Amino acid sequence: MSDVFDRVKKIVVEHLDVEEDKVVEKASFIDDLGADSLDNVELVMAFEEEFDIEIPDDAAEHIQTVGDAVKFISEKTA
Amino acid sequence: MSKRRVVVTGLGLVTPLGCGVETVWSRLVQGQSGLARIEHFETEDLACRIGGIVPRVDGRNGGGPDVEGSLDPDAVLPAREAKRIDDFILYGMAAADEAIAHSGLPLETEEDKVRSGVLIGSGIGGLQTIYDASITLHERGPRKLSPFVIPAMLINLASGQVSIRHGLKGPNHSVVTACSTGAHAIGDAARLIAYGDADAMVTGGAESAITRLGYAGFAAARALSTGFNDNPVAASRPYDKDRDGFVMGEGAGVVVLEEYERAKARGATIYAEVVGYGLSGDAYHITAPAEDGDGGYRAMQAALKSAGMTGADIDYVNAHGTSTPKGDELELKAVERLFGDGASDLVMSSTKSSVGHLLGAAGAVEAIFSILAMRDGVCPPTLNLDNPSVETAINLAPHKAVKKDIEAVLSNSFGFGGTNASVIFRAAS
Repeated sequence: MSDVFDRVKKIVVEHLDVEEDKVVEKASFIDDLGADSLDNVELVMAFEEEFDIEIPDDAAEHIQTVGDAVKFISEKTA
Repeated sequence: MSKRRVVVTGLGLVTPLGCGVETVWSRLVQGQSGLARIEHFETEDLACRIGGIVPRVDGRNGGGPDVEGSLDPDAVLPAREAKRIDDFILYGMAAADEAIAHSGLPLETEEDKVRSGVLIGSGIGGLQTIYDASITLHERGPRKLSPFVIPAMLINLASGQVSIRHGLKGPNHSVVTACSTGAHAIGDAARLIAYGDADAMVTGGAESAITRLGYAGFAAARALSTGFNDNPVAASRPYDKDRDGFVMGEGAGVVVLEEYERAKARGATIYAEVVGYGLSGDAYHITAPAEDGDGGYRAMQAALKSAGMTGADIDYVNAHGTSTPKGDELELKAVERLFGDGASDLVMSSTKSSVGHLLGAAGAVEAIFSILAMRDGVCPPTLNLDNPSVETAINLAPHKAVKKDIEAVLSNSFGFGGTNASVIFRAAS
C-alpha cells in the first residue's frame, strides 16, 4: 500500500507540478491539486503505464482523489 | 459606415536572430544572419540541413542562459503548462507577452477585456506534435495518446492560449493561409477594429515547422535550398543568381493594434498606422506563383487603393523574396510594373536573407521590420546579394542597410495555394 502511494505521489507531483506535502490521500486532483479534466485523463494514463494495468473509462471517472487512485491500483495489483 | 483608424502600439518578436524587438532589430540592421546547421534532430538523410532556429537558453542555435535574446521556455510558462502546447504556440505566447507589455494595453476592467481580441495564425500549426502522436498511435495504440495532442497542435490555440493568459475576451480568431498568414492576420485584425468589432487586437503569426516532417515535406516539393548545407549563412540569397530555394525559419511576430482615438487618448506610443490592406488569389497552381506575378501585383494594387495611395507614396517595400529561383523575379517584376518610373526611388529588401522564411509567421515578423524601418529611417539589407539575376532600377539594399526617410512601407506575403496579401503602414502622425 505505501509503495503504491509513494509511486502515485511521485506521478502526481511530476504531472501537476505540486508540492509533495499537498499530495495526501484525501486530496482531490481537481479541487485541491489544480488539475483539470484533461490532467485527470493524463494522470490515469500515467498510472496505467507505471503499474502496467488498464483502467477502464468508467472506473477512471471515479478516481477523483489520491486515495481513490491508490485504492483502485492496490486492488488491481493485489 | 465610416471606418475607424487603426494604429500599432506594441511589437513582439521571437526569431532566429533572437527574442525581443530591439535585440532582433539591431542584429538585423547590422547584417547578422540567424541561419545555422540544424543540430537538434537527425538531418543526415535530408536534402536541407540548415535553418533559422530560435536561440534558446539550452544552447540551441548559439543561445545560452547568458546570451542576450535567448528564449527561456520556463520563463514563458511553467513546465506543467508547456506540455499542452506545441512550439509554435510557445513562440506566439512569448511574442504576445512582449507586444502587450510593450503597448501597455489596458486590460484591467471587464470593458477593456471584452473590447480586446486576438487573431494569431500559423501556416502549419503543431507539426511535431502531430508527428509524435502519429508514431504513438501507430506503435502503441489510441489509449496511449495524450489528451493534450489536439489542443497542442490546433492552429487557433495560439490565439486561445494568449486570450486565456491575458484575459482577452473580444474576437478570438485565427488565419491559415500558408506563408501569407501573418500579413492576413494583421490585415484582418485591423478590419475588425475598423468596423467596430473590437477596440484592440493582439495579432500576428507563429510557426515551428523546423522538424523532420517539415523538412522532408518541403524538400519533396523542391522548395528548400540544398546547395549551402556547409555554409548556412550564405543559403538565403534573394535575387542572387545562385539562389536555390528557401531556408526555413521559425518564430513569431505579434503586434498590438488599437483604434486610433483610444490609443491617442490613453497616451500610447503609436508606431504606425495600418492604412492599406490588399488580398488576392492566383487561381493558378498549388505551389508555384502565377507566371506573370499577377496575384502579387493585384494584392499590392488593392492595398494601395485601400490606402488611397499610389506607388509614389511608398518608400520601402519589404519583399516576400524567399530566395526561390522563380518567385523572387516574379515579385520584382510585379513591383516594377506597379511602381513604373517611381521604381528607381524605391528601396526593396528581403529580410528572409537574414532570418530565413518563417512561413506563417513571416508576414507578421516582416510587418514589424517594416514598421521599425520607418521608425529609424533605415531599410534592412538583403544579405548575400552578390550578383543579381536580373537588372532592376530598384535598390535591393544588397549586403548593407540603406538609410532613408520613410513615410510609408508596403509588406508583401505570398503563399502556397496562390494566396497573396499586402499591408501598408504609414508613419504615425
